[in-house]
Amino acid sequence: MMTAQNLDVLYQEIILDHYKNPHGKGLRDEFEAEVHHVNPTCGDEVTLRVHLDGGIVEDVSYDAHGCSISQASASVLYDLVVGKPVDEALAVHEEFLTLMQGKGEVEPDEDVLEDGIAFAGVAKFPARVKCALLSWMAWKDATLQSKGSTDD
Amino acid sequence: MTAPSLPGLLPELEVVRKDFPILERVLAGGVPLVYLDSANTSQKPQVVIDAMVDHLERHNANIARAMHQLGAESTVAFEESRDKVAAFIGAPDRDEVIFTKNASEALNLAANTLVWAGERQVRPGDEVVITEMEHHSNIVPWQLLTQRTGATLRWFGLTDDGHLDLSNIDDLITERTKVVSLTWVSNMLGTINPIAEIARRAHQVGALVVVDASQAAPQLPIDLAAMPAEERPDLMAFTGHKVVGPTGIGVLWGSRAVLDQLPPFLGGGEMIETVRMEGSTYAPIPHKFEAGTPPIVEAIGLGAAVDYLGHLGMDAVHAHEQAITAYALEGLASVPGMTILGPTDAAQRGGAIAFELEGVHPHDIAQVLDSRGVAVRAGHHCAKPAHARYGVQSSTRMSSYLYTTPAEIDALVDGLEYTRSYFKLG
Repeated sequence: MMTAQNLDVLYQEIILDHYKNPHGKGLRDEFEAEVHHVNPTCGDEVTLRVHLDGGIVEDVSYDAHGCSISQASASVLYDLVVGKPVDEALAVHEEFLTLMQGKGEVEPDEDVLEDGIAFAGVAKFPARVKCALLSWMAWKDATLQSKGSTDD
Repeated sequence: MTAPSLPGLLPELEVVRKDFPILERVLAGGVPLVYLDSANTSQKPQVVIDAMVDHLERHNANIARAMHQLGAESTVAFEESRDKVAAFIGAPDRDEVIFTKNASEALNLAANTLVWAGERQVRPGDEVVITEMEHHSNIVPWQLLTQRTGATLRWFGLTDDGHLDLSNIDDLITERTKVVSLTWVSNMLGTINPIAEIARRAHQVGALVVVDASQAAPQLPIDLAAMPAEERPDLMAFTGHKVVGPTGIGVLWGSRAVLDQLPPFLGGGEMIETVRMEGSTYAPIPHKFEAGTPPIVEAIGLGAAVDYLGHLGMDAVHAHEQAITAYALEGLASVPGMTILGPTDAAQRGGAIAFELEGVHPHDIAQVLDSRGVAVRAGHHCAKPAHARYGVQSSTRMSSYLYTTPAEIDALVDGLEYTRSYFKLG
């Protein structure tokens, strides 16, 4: 039963819930930047749009194809950044990145990452870290582009 | 585990398995390894490992230039490996066997030398024909070639049941066709292609026929010399690590007539006849295409590998693959929500079986299987166009080899049932 426990470290209930019922999924019309990111090793992909207004992340809309980890992570991203000031959202991004790159040795802060703490176990599976980061990297890319266009 | 016995399995399979030390591996959680990723890379028998270690421990020296005993031993071992590879594929002439780094380099050698001035140079308006089921390494080099020369790249499409669509062959292979390059056995669909029929048609219009035998060489008996000339490929590539040999060594076989027509690929030591500052002349094949110090110990390992396969007998290896593949197709079909990509008749395919399991992503399938010791591949298997053809983003692939047992297929099928229950499907 050792192996089943290992699997449960990766596939937390929270992750499977987000996978089955993703939040904010779908592409919506209001956006300043759209990006398309792929994971070349597995073919997972995400098209993601960011809509900023007055320094606030008004919306993140996305169309993603991929595994449970990458899908759940996009859903958690949506929950964590929409409605926040851009700088605060970027700080959450930084915190999530630190967790994912922490090889399972970083203690996640639930106040900051909320459901995102469920990904702590993913950090122990090096092959899956990229899955968890796919939409987050796309979001940062789109946000910086969007910020550039709105700053002008 | 009591393994069911099937007609066609290698005799003394348990003894054969003992040749492969890695098959004894126990993985995290105390589960035994069930290795079903041989189309990705095969495992290595002790005899290959020993041949390489023995060479490094006792005979190591550079080849064809060292005037000492070790140099002579090393050269003999390297050239004996060429003989063994020639025998393995039934090459009409042992000098037609060119050692490369891998199959990709072999295909790139072909595609690059066809760009450069020479009798076979591809020119604007010429056409190169490939297929939609190619591995990326038999797509990208031809895209590069056609972009660089102003030629046009065309391809055979695929039928719904995973075969090449040959209905428009007369439209595709024409007087404009200079090269037809295709895989013998698909690494994703498993399909065995009718290369003789296509080669005959291509040769009628004077086109060069290139065959990617990366998945064929491990499982099909190949006897080039026995093929009628009009059905024989002009160039054929495969890689060492899929035929129980090491990585870092591949093979380009080419007919002497064609290899003599192609200009050199990489320039450097060993590929020359003489060098002056004003210009150089080149060595005859095979050395013309083997610039620099080659992967010596890897070539020696490959020699031991194809020798090993020769002792088992490629007819027996093929029969084993067919028996395991049929058993696997049957087992997989029993899993609810299963879709097999490619032909479902074992006689028409090789031992790589890609599939989709409804409701679970291939990554997640591979992860759950891995927790049970079952190693498969998940992703696009370097065949994105073939996946796109069937509207599939990625798939899970099991691939067997000469050491695969029916009990290992049972472990896969059990693992897939467990995966469905883990993700709470029906």
